[in-house]
Amino acid sequence: MRHTIAVLVENEFGVLSRVVGLFSGRGFNIDSLTVAPTNDEALSRITLVTRGDEQIIEQITKQLNKLIDVIKVIDFEPEHAIEREMVLVKVSAEEQSRAEVLRIADIFRAKVIDVTPKSYTLEATGAPAKVSAMVELLRPLGLKELVSTGPVVIGRGAKAWKG
Amino acid sequence: MKLNGARILLECLKREGVDTIFGYPGGTVINLYDELFSFKEIRHILPRHEQAGVHAADGYARATGKVGVAIATSGPGATNTITGIATAYMDSIPMVIITGQVPTALIGNDAFQEADIIGITRPCTKHNFLVKDVKDLATIMKKAFYIARTGRPGPVVVDLPKDVQIAQTEFHYPDSVEIRGYKPTVEGHPKQIEKAVAMIMQAKKPVIYVGGGVILGNASAEMVAVAKRLGIPVTTTLMGLGSYPENDPNSLGLLGMHGTYYANMAVSHCDVLIAIGARFDDRVTGKIASFAPHAKIVHVDVDPTSIKKNVRVDLPIVGDVRDVLAKMLKVADEIGPDAKACQAALAPWIAEIDEWKTKHPMTYKQSSTVIKPQYVIQRLRALSDPDAIVATDVGQHQMWTAQFFGFTAPRTLLSSGGLGTMGFGLPAAMGAQAGFPERQVIVVCGDGGFQMNMQELATIVQNRLNVKIVILNNNFLGMVRQWQELFFDKRYSSTCMELPIDFIKLAEAFGATGLQATKVEQVDEVIKKGFATNGPVLMEFKVAREEKVLPMVPAGASLTEMVLAS
Ligand SMILES: Cc1ncc(C[n+]2csc(CCOP(=O)(O)OP(=O)(O)O)c2C)c(N)n1
Ligand SMILES: [Mg+2]
Repeated sequence: MRHTIAVLVENEFGVLSRVVGLFSGRGFNIDSLTVAPTNDEALSRITLVTRGDEQIIEQITKQLNKLIDVIKVIDFEPEHAIEREMVLVKVSAEEQSRAEVLRIADIFRAKVIDVTPKSYTLEATGAPAKVSAMVELLRPLGLKELVSTGPVVIGRGAKAWKG
Repeated sequence: MKLNGARILLECLKREGVDTIFGYPGGTVINLYDELFSFKEIRHILPRHEQAGVHAADGYARATGKVGVAIATSGPGATNTITGIATAYMDSIPMVIITGQVPTALIGNDAFQEADIIGITRPCTKHNFLVKDVKDLATIMKKAFYIARTGRPGPVVVDLPKDVQIAQTEFHYPDSVEIRGYKPTVEGHPKQIEKAVAMIMQAKKPVIYVGGGVILGNASAEMVAVAKRLGIPVTTTLMGLGSYPENDPNSLGLLGMHGTYYANMAVSHCDVLIAIGARFDDRVTGKIASFAPHAKIVHVDVDPTSIKKNVRVDLPIVGDVRDVLAKMLKVADEIGPDAKACQAALAPWIAEIDEWKTKHPMTYKQSSTVIKPQYVIQRLRALSDPDAIVATDVGQHQMWTAQFFGFTAPRTLLSSGGLGTMGFGLPAAMGAQAGFPERQVIVVCGDGGFQMNMQELATIVQNRLNVKIVILNNNFLGMVRQWQELFFDKRYSSTCMELPIDFIKLAEAFGATGLQATKVEQVDEVIKKGFATNGPVLMEFKVAREEKVLPMVPAGASLTEMVLAS
């Protein structure tokens, strides 16, 4: 099962390597990981996507919690959270495919952020499933380069999640 | 008044109640050593290798229950500590290790004797700190000790750059520290405790399985009280030995790979298994799928990650084992039948266990021509002080000590369980002796492991740490040889030590006394003389070379599939 886990950590040097070291040392998966400071400048928030059965996910959250610099860990349930990621994609766009790329971009509300006679570079934001659907449609047209932020996640509702 | 970082460090140690430290000087701790020169409140012991220094601080911590402290210089000094730190980490020993570091301005420049010790020790410490500003030093030290000794204890590294030792600031030692991300759970959940006691009281075949957590948590008395109150037999891991007196009729001794027949049978047939401060290590469980197949499992541990890591758990209780056990006892008195009734209810189960005990007691074949290593261990017990502390190295002799010594008090066995570090025993015994100058401290070594840190004979003699060293000399890396005998067709690849060493001369070269026994009749004589001699003594016993540690559950087999002593 895919899980999106948010980890609130002290904004200090070395914290990220503790988190990453935990995953490599214990053989846990990381599909993606993003990290940036939060509204409280003493804290950073890591969003990571991992996979595993219930027991592995339980170990992952417990082990994360055990790190001294980790303040909170939430394994978000999809129905209670909103996930977004951004991708930048460079696609070949010549003759026949030029219009098709734009059509797909339009459907997914992607922006064209760079144009050459041979290519378009698109920026798309959305739920991971939506973004990857767009990428899959672009792939046969000549996907040259893809870069993604990986998902970030926030809980639904008025309640904020703090340190 | 302003103090420099080096002095602040020592003041912090003093305020933490540290009286003994083990350290080795070098360029990046020379300022610290200069302060130490006139700082009389702390005893500094110079080992002959930083690894041994850390093991000594570890042995000191295991024996006394206090936080062990070691110091090393940057680069090679610091990297030499790694085996010691990893050993302490695997056995959850509270320690603070202070390493020198190159000046902050040079960090990252591949400066002379620079090593990224924070990076290197990250996976083998509970936490680590790089002190970048002398103003943070006192708070970091307070945090380091707090983290090391609370919750599930463990080693903490404080990396201290040279310029921070020189820089000055106003010294103030905080009374307490707040760490947002660190709140170890101490109190067990009352409802879970009630449920557990109810479940245990209904059991017909309960077994208590005790790990090192009970000793680390100073909960032996409470554990014994619960076991007695409910009439439940107790088996322990290597790390738990001593928590329950092995001369008690309800003691099952050691379980697992080299555990007793009856402990392994009891665990395999029990209906409720109560694991306390234990972590279901693979050396204990054997094949997981067939471990305690009929049992509901209650697991009490201070570390939530230990619970459900290796085995399913029916009733987890996260909390300090001492607190949880004390509450269990109260609940038992409130809801349950009295101790007599509990014992009576378990009589058929105890009878079943007694049958196993009679069928395959813990035994070995005595010989009149050659010294059996197990016999030496039994004679050591018989002739040593009742409160003697016994350190071991790693190998066959370690298992024989665990099987045949008969430990009756917590913190009397010091052994590297989790990492299984050869070379641990001698320095650990040295540290324990520093902690208890008046008590008898014995170390049981193999001929192989002794040679991994034998330079510490110098430290022992110099500091009058009167350790009694026992070498069970089989002239083999015996434990590996045993595996080669059983599983590799006796192909003794690189396990015969070949070169005979004159251990008596070796001891004498360092100024210690050397004794040797080659015949069975000499065993008592040597032990008595060794114990009666003032100062450090090395006693070498030439033992049966191809003796095996039995029973043995082959790696990956079920606990019931034991190879037994014939
Ligand atoms: C540092 C280290 N290296 C290797 C091993 C693997 N090992 C485990 S027991 C053992 C043999 C120990 O021989 P000895 O010290 O003579 O003790 P014996 O088993 O003969 O009693 C070895 C090599 C280890 N545990 N630790
Ligand atoms: Mg040997």
